[in-house]
Amino acid sequence: MADLNVPELGHVIVLAGGLSYEREVSLRSGRRVADALRALDVDAQVHDADATLLQTLQQAPPDAVFPVLHGSMGEDGAIRDVLELVGVPYVGARPDACRVAWDKPTAKSVVRAAGLATPPSVTLPKEVFHDLGAAAVLECVVRRLGLPLFVKPARGGSALGASVVREAGDLPAAMVGCFAYGDAALIERHIEGTEVAVSVIERDGEPVALPAVEIVPAGELYDYTARYDAGDTEFVTPARLPEEVARRAAEAAVTAHRALGLRDLSRTDLIVDEAGQVHFLEVNVAPGMTETSLFPRAVAAAGLNLGRILHDLIVARLR
Amino acid sequence: MHQHTRTDPYTDRYAARAAGMVPSEIRALFAVASRPEVVSLAGGMPNITALPLDVVGDMLGELTRRRGTEALQYASAQGDPELRARICEVMALEGVHGSPDDVIVTVGSQQALDMITRIFIDPGDVVLAEAPSYVGALGTFAMYQADVVHVPLDEDGLIPAALRETLERLRKEGRRVKFLYTVPNFQNPAGVTLSETRRAEILAICAAHQVLVVEDNPYGLLGFDREPMRALRADDPDNVIYLGSFSKTFAPGFRVGWALAPHAIRAKLVLAAESAILCHSSFTQFAVREYLATQPWQQQIKSFRVMYAERRDAMLESLETLMPDGCTWTRPGGGFFVWLTLPEGLDSKAMAPRAIAERVAYVPGTGFYADGQGRRHMRLSYCYPEPDRIREGVRRLAGVIERELQMRDTFGTARARERGGVDTPGPETC
Repeated sequence: MADLNVPELGHVIVLAGGLSYEREVSLRSGRRVADALRALDVDAQVHDADATLLQTLQQAPPDAVFPVLHGSMGEDGAIRDVLELVGVPYVGARPDACRVAWDKPTAKSVVRAAGLATPPSVTLPKEVFHDLGAAAVLECVVRRLGLPLFVKPARGGSALGASVVREAGDLPAAMVGCFAYGDAALIERHIEGTEVAVSVIERDGEPVALPAVEIVPAGELYDYTARYDAGDTEFVTPARLPEEVARRAAEAAVTAHRALGLRDLSRTDLIVDEAGQVHFLEVNVAPGMTETSLFPRAVAAAGLNLGRILHDLIVARLR
Repeated sequence: MHQHTRTDPYTDRYAARAAGMVPSEIRALFAVASRPEVVSLAGGMPNITALPLDVVGDMLGELTRRRGTEALQYASAQGDPELRARICEVMALEGVHGSPDDVIVTVGSQQALDMITRIFIDPGDVVLAEAPSYVGALGTFAMYQADVVHVPLDEDGLIPAALRETLERLRKEGRRVKFLYTVPNFQNPAGVTLSETRRAEILAICAAHQVLVVEDNPYGLLGFDREPMRALRADDPDNVIYLGSFSKTFAPGFRVGWALAPHAIRAKLVLAAESAILCHSSFTQFAVREYLATQPWQQQIKSFRVMYAERRDAMLESLETLMPDGCTWTRPGGGFFVWLTLPEGLDSKAMAPRAIAERVAYVPGTGFYADGQGRRHMRLSYCYPEPDRIREGVRRLAGVIERELQMRDTFGTARARERGGVDTPGPETC
């Protein structure tokens, strides 16, 4: 039944799927977003990013597009550049901001310049290992950054290709796993602590942090399986942080959102060390919206309705 | 107040047998394989575009009109008697002479295997399976908490000496072996066929150790280069349970398979079927029965053979031309699959994401073992794509393997760290 307090919205295309490694997650996110909007009587339709998309956008232009494409093209600005070419309003960060946010080393530089702490790191394409000798390069990395290390693709999501390395002997396999998903590796000093995700939404153009979600994976890593497949990952909302630390975590997410020039919504992943210092890990411009995802948990923890939040973000784009 | 939630709120309530039911991140990659940009050499789906669908459609319409009140009604758990008689005619092509009364119609041969496992296996009982073995079977065995022990095979199928040695070792360990599961013809995934001489040996070894043989034979009529071989069941009706299916010889969508079992076992299977599904779909049974009675189904199988042979040839020729040194593969005489072995140090599971990025999909070998083996192998299917797409897929795959060799040379390994979970994709790929 239509909520009389919800402004009417016409036809919305929820863009999901694509050809990235995260296609399955994206399709699930897309279905959930569409369901949430339809519950408010919005005419929402899921559409894949495929050869029929442009024809659909041009022949039957929607009022807006809600992209939930995860992975490259969806998060690196490419699809948003296309939406701008076609002239269709869409929710979320603009292409330039996406390009910066998607490249983790660049995002770290930007937020560091804005005053956030982020783990020391190095970014190395696989050619460096090939040309200079993997063993020698890895020895330098360990000497400089120490152990444990966190290895992940410089561009990528859903923790695909990511691993914690505690023994130097495990580094080659970690690098192989990382390069399965990308051509450059971000190797960070691993910070032990409390892992939290802070989602941000814009209200009247101002970014507002939702309650932090604390992540307690059953295994060592909040990896792909721990994120998306029903299992033993535990979430605590709001995160069990002292008030002052929680405030700094929220502030860090808002700072990241602003510094990176993001728009409408984002999710920042942080780690809080044992001394209570908040460290920026990465930001996501198209946060997951599946049944197991963090953004919907944060919305629920704030006592808000997901469909209403998404609806309002769309309406804000149309103004 | 802090709220504690889990990705799975029921995690404390599952049975122990559900513990392993977690997909790996590799399985998620197969969602990409369904896109047309990707050449999928992963799917095990038969190519049914060659079926005369207009004829089949007319047949189904006529069936509904003439016999709708029976075809749309409940039936017996054992299955339609006339279909069971027709099934015996089909099995006779491979030397099997059974009684319709010893046949039970099942929801694909997968259901037959599930019920056989259910009536025979207690947790910890040993099932012997080929190395590698069919992924659908391994899933069933895991569900009933069987302990799967693999027995090696080579280009002539299961190795009798290895089977004998395994059985003797298990006997000394006091382990209880309930049955040997085998796909003797154009095996899924290895593509190999158990030779004639080995068939008699395998039967003798199993009989001597009082181990039943479960003979799963979906591809027996799909040989390209020779007439169908004599089934194991033909030579040992008391110790072999034979599983058959119309999925590859007609169409998988009907979900009609069967088991031919010694009478006492068949009786238990009927009770097992009743408790699981009450009865099979009458409509699909009638459809298959009608097809066998009125259509030139043997001619249709011949045309399937010609089609699949052309695709096999496209795959083998392009593997020969394009694959880097160090790769080896089987050369199937029928069926759907080639089993490729990678050069030393490469890992088919670790390289799967890179293959997807290059728009080609395959099934990593790890999915076909219960014990973690298989990383140097992959299954390639030629049943579904057109020959030109097969050649393109092999070309892309060769490029991926070349780059993996560079990765191995750079890091001294091309193996990533092991992550658990079920690697194989869904049923359309089995």
